[in-house]
Amino acid sequence: MQKVAEIAQKRAIQLLNQGVVNRVIGWKKGEFGYDETPAVFTTAAGIEDFRYDVFSAPNLSKYLIDESKKEGKILAFLKPCDTYSFNQLIKEHRVNRDNVYIIGIECGGMADINTIRNRGAAGVTDVADNGQTVIAHTLYGDVTFDKNEVLLEKCQACKGKKHVIFDELIVVNPQDDEPKNRFAGVEAIENMTPEERFAFWREQLSKCIRCNACRNVCPACSCLQCVFDNPRSGVASKASPDTFEEQLYHIIRAFHVAGRCTDCGECSRVCPQDIPLHLLNRKFIKDMNAFYGEYKAGEDSETRPPLVNFSKDDAEPSVISDKGGDK
Amino acid sequence: MQRIGVFICWCGSNIAATVDVKKVAAAALNEPGVVFSADYQYMCSASGQGLVKDAIREKGLTGVVVCSCSPRMHEATFRKAAESCGLNPYMVEIANIREHCSWIHKDVAEGTEKAVILMRAAVAKVNLNQSLVAGKSDVVKRALVIGGGIAGIQTALDIAEAGYEVDIVEKKPTIGGKMAQLDKTFPTLDCSACILTPKMVDAAAHDKIKIYSYSEVESVSGFVGNFTAKIRKKARFVKEDLCTGCGLCTEKCPSRKTPNEFNEGMNTRSAIYIPFAQAVPKYAVIDPAACLHFKTGKCGLCERTCDAKAVDYNQKDETIERKYGAIVVATGYNVIKLDNFGEYGYTENPDVITSLELERIMNAAGPTGGALLRPSDKTHPQKIVFVQCVGSRGQRPCDKPYCSKICCMYTAKHAMLIREKYPDTEVYVFYIDVRTPGKNFEEFYRRAVEQYGVHYVKGQVGKVAENAGKLRVYGSDLLMNEQIVIDADLVVLAAAIEPDESAKKIATMLTTGIDTNNFLTEAHPKLRPVESATAGIFLSGVCQGPKDIPETVSQASAAAVKVIGLLAKDQITCNPCVARSDELLCNGCSSCEKVCPYGAITYIDKEVNDHGKREVRRIASVNEAVCQGCGACTVACPSGAMDLKGFTNKQIMAEVDAICR
Repeated sequence: MQKVAEIAQKRAIQLLNQGVVNRVIGWKKGEFGYDETPAVFTTAAGIEDFRYDVFSAPNLSKYLIDESKKEGKILAFLKPCDTYSFNQLIKEHRVNRDNVYIIGIECGGMADINTIRNRGAAGVTDVADNGQTVIAHTLYGDVTFDKNEVLLEKCQACKGKKHVIFDELIVVNPQDDEPKNRFAGVEAIENMTPEERFAFWREQLSKCIRCNACRNVCPACSCLQCVFDNPRSGVASKASPDTFEEQLYHIIRAFHVAGRCTDCGECSRVCPQDIPLHLLNRKFIKDMNAFYGEYKAGEDSETRPPLVNFSKDDAEPSVISDKGGDK
Repeated sequence: MQRIGVFICWCGSNIAATVDVKKVAAAALNEPGVVFSADYQYMCSASGQGLVKDAIREKGLTGVVVCSCSPRMHEATFRKAAESCGLNPYMVEIANIREHCSWIHKDVAEGTEKAVILMRAAVAKVNLNQSLVAGKSDVVKRALVIGGGIAGIQTALDIAEAGYEVDIVEKKPTIGGKMAQLDKTFPTLDCSACILTPKMVDAAAHDKIKIYSYSEVESVSGFVGNFTAKIRKKARFVKEDLCTGCGLCTEKCPSRKTPNEFNEGMNTRSAIYIPFAQAVPKYAVIDPAACLHFKTGKCGLCERTCDAKAVDYNQKDETIERKYGAIVVATGYNVIKLDNFGEYGYTENPDVITSLELERIMNAAGPTGGALLRPSDKTHPQKIVFVQCVGSRGQRPCDKPYCSKICCMYTAKHAMLIREKYPDTEVYVFYIDVRTPGKNFEEFYRRAVEQYGVHYVKGQVGKVAENAGKLRVYGSDLLMNEQIVIDADLVVLAAAIEPDESAKKIATMLTTGIDTNNFLTEAHPKLRPVESATAGIFLSGVCQGPKDIPETVSQASAAAVKVIGLLAKDQITCNPCVARSDELLCNGCSSCEKVCPYGAITYIDKEVNDHGKREVRRIASVNEAVCQGCGACTVACPSGAMDLKGFTNKQIMAEVDAICR
């Protein structure tokens, strides 16, 4: 990881100096040693602050909606799953591809600071990654973890290590591209009784403090004005006056991103209340795969997503129930 | 604030018997904006409409709610009434308290409560209604008829006679359809070809009719008065402008093993062929799957034989784009496949045939030259069993639930013709019921029984099994209450008919409805039987439901009249309830464009002023003449930028809120 970061940093300086790009979007150190933050660098000197490690989880694609509309080309470092988001944004005409120079950057999975803490590492100051293991430097000494045990949920359910769009790649250690089963969590909920399922979601969604972090981080939630911010939409509200509304907030959001969500997992990552929001989106993905055939949003930038496509052999409602949908 | 009048119709006792109309009228006065309410026995009558008009004038109404029957019945009536006294017609809303309420409730208290709720929802909507102005669009004075059977031919001839251009698109190499395959027609027993072929020739010769044979409609866009169809003209590998139809090539062709479709596969044809002697247009066509030139690159006999130099192995499919004001679907039917009816042994035994196959056997141009010979050994059958309702009126998955309508009559015809020509033949007919509703139909059937001595057995056949060169038919006679066994030489199955497989595709293409049996749905089963629910799309023939020839021809002419009525107009009024994009909310994501079935949405780069921020954005733009107001875009739009005039999200939410109050 260290080596990848160094190569990326050098290449960024090179591209800036050559004038190929006039700025770079990457990550810099946040307030703590484990919250790398998206940053735009405009000078070669500034790139000193560039960080790429197990906490560089933030998906930079959404920032490119605004950045790609500015003057000149921007260099963007995109992890494999971030490239899906970027492709989807191209499909929705939300980014200007010509203004972005994409370096697909190797990703070995991102770590979850909460898991590290929960596993007994208090007072974490910094974390080092050496491939298989993650070493947390704490006020009380170092603690070593097997990396697979401290991965973010979204990395445990990794879609694969392939970059679907890029201008060049920085991959030092090619990794197994075998996608993992993403739907175990969805299946567990499907197996619940309707009452259990309702109780599960009511408990989860009642934790919501309506901070809007999930929406703000979501690359699919890129509307110029969100319906929840538009007083004329009839669903706008800053806080959730009752549980009904807070539940609907997440459900409306899941519907709005259905067919467009690339399952980047950012919603669940940023939720301060640990609501497993990705499960709502994954349920849609799973159902669409069953009804309309395998489809990965963002895998390319041209094909029509199943929910806004119409073909003469589209699934009829009866077929949907045959395939396991509710009658 | 609106000034709304609410008018509650009794519809005689249709509504008033289950809804306390006085109570609804009183409740209306408590609704916001309502300044007047009244109830009346027949609001749609002249005096009922007068009530509405007077109230608009005297009370200065700005909105009207009529609680009555479905808006499909009288919305237009009340809109016109409102317009006549200066109120914008789109300020009128109908609350359907008949179909949605009184007809489905028995209890007055319940019915009244629901009627009040429906009234309340309509008032909530009218409070947000805005005046809308309908635009006009031009009518292309040409019709498209899909299907060139008797239905399509009759429709086309009638439209052409009225002076409008018509194109017939037929997927087979010739027009004529199923009627061309029939031998005689009931109840007059005249020769099918003798009455059909003159019409085929008329159609081909008419200067207003253009026939695209061996062609299929690939896509249709646009709307009533202004459709654009893409027609794929399949490669015939014969130049139509040069072929004289002499048929020399078909005689020389060495590939002669292909089952002849026209004779239901009971004999063979050559690879280059003319479907039948009276084919229209009479051009040869090459079947590349059978042609040696296409399979091996050699042969080329037909090319060398043709004096007119019409053969062209390199011909390609051609796509033609044409504009139409109206489209008539006349895609017809097919006999169902009998693979799943093992009990009759159709697939195993060549002497178990369908009635359509019998038509070809009886026909002078058929595989036996018109002699009644059974397919297996070409001997004359002495005992023939007809089985009715094979696949019709059944409950099993392979059955059709409906009556195919034509089988009783053609079976009587077959039985009669056989007894007439071969009096030594014994004929049995197994039936569930004999259905003969039609002019001279019952008399025809009685003749078969009384004059020709056909044995009609009420009962069904359970099994047909081969037995020593005969077909042993196990049936039951329900009137005698006994099982009967007949050793027959030939068994004829009156197989059910079903819409042609293209019907579903075409219905989808034209965004018009089909029922569970794939018959196209008419706009109203009684009052609009030849119109589809989609404006400008009309139905002709069996594609709409089983029909015999006289009925098909009547319906075909009726469809033609509807088309003529439309084409006679220079302009038609557009629907003003169309989509509108809020350019400040539009993300330019293309979701709406992708779901629009009419291609009404395009994207433009436009400079917008978003609260002082000026920038060029990609935004959706709706072509109001093309938009049909289906609303698909409004639900696809993630930001709520798309809205439908007359049915805005706000209006619909207000209705829902009023219902939930």
